[in-house]
Amino acid sequence: MSLRTPLHRVRGLGSAKEGTQHWWAQRLTAIALVPLTVWFIYSLVVMTTMEYATVTAWMQSPIVSTLLILFIFSLFYHAQLGMQVVIEDYVDSETLKFGSIILLNFVMLFAGLASVIAVLKVFLGL
Amino acid sequence: MATDNRPLSPHLQIYKPQLTSILSITHRGTGVFLSISALFLCCWLLAIANGPDVYANLQTYITAWYGQVILFACVFSLYFHLCNGIRHLIWDMGLGLDIKTTYISGYIVVAATVLLTVATWCIAGVSV
Repeated sequence: MSLRTPLHRVRGLGSAKEGTQHWWAQRLTAIALVPLTVWFIYSLVVMTTMEYATVTAWMQSPIVSTLLILFIFSLFYHAQLGMQVVIEDYVDSETLKFGSIILLNFVMLFAGLASVIAVLKVFLGL
Repeated sequence: MATDNRPLSPHLQIYKPQLTSILSITHRGTGVFLSISALFLCCWLLAIANGPDVYANLQTYITAWYGQVILFACVFSLYFHLCNGIRHLIWDMGLGLDIKTTYISGYIVVAATVLLTVATWCIAGVSV
């Protein structure tokens, strides 16, 4: 048994030397998402009621597909960062925590990439 | 360990619900909901990329009442997370952190979310 207090053991270990990158990326994607989300919400509500030809014509505009890809990138990156914090806060078991975070990374990367390729396919008219 | 017998902080249900705590957990809740909804966005884009038949098939689900309920929940959550996110970004600049301003900005977030959600739904309804 150690007579040292937990505080004494923690002191001197220093910081975790990580976390700033995560925090900063979350803010950066948040700032990018402010104008992108306003644009996207309106487009989404209007476009989900439109016919196929109208939607593809909309997506074939270079500015629309650019904004869509920027939105997809910021959204999935921001979602991954946020969900990681939620998992870290609520999942107690280390194994389950790391497993969930790895799965989260794979799902978000897959869905984000699939979304970008879907936009490109329509934009290029393939 | 010396920490074993220390008093615990009261559990969550002991506290009286306050605007600040409700908005805080709603921010997290909408964040989780929107992360899941991002996968629906992926499905929608894939349906468009897969041609008119797949798209028309998906659209019958989106325009059905349950699709509209989910879409409405998405729009509401997006606006809430957006408005409260801006509140967080202002806090990150070290501004508006006192209790009075926190409550004022909280009520602004609630009002803005309701107004923007209703306005978007009305404008989109008119343009159809």
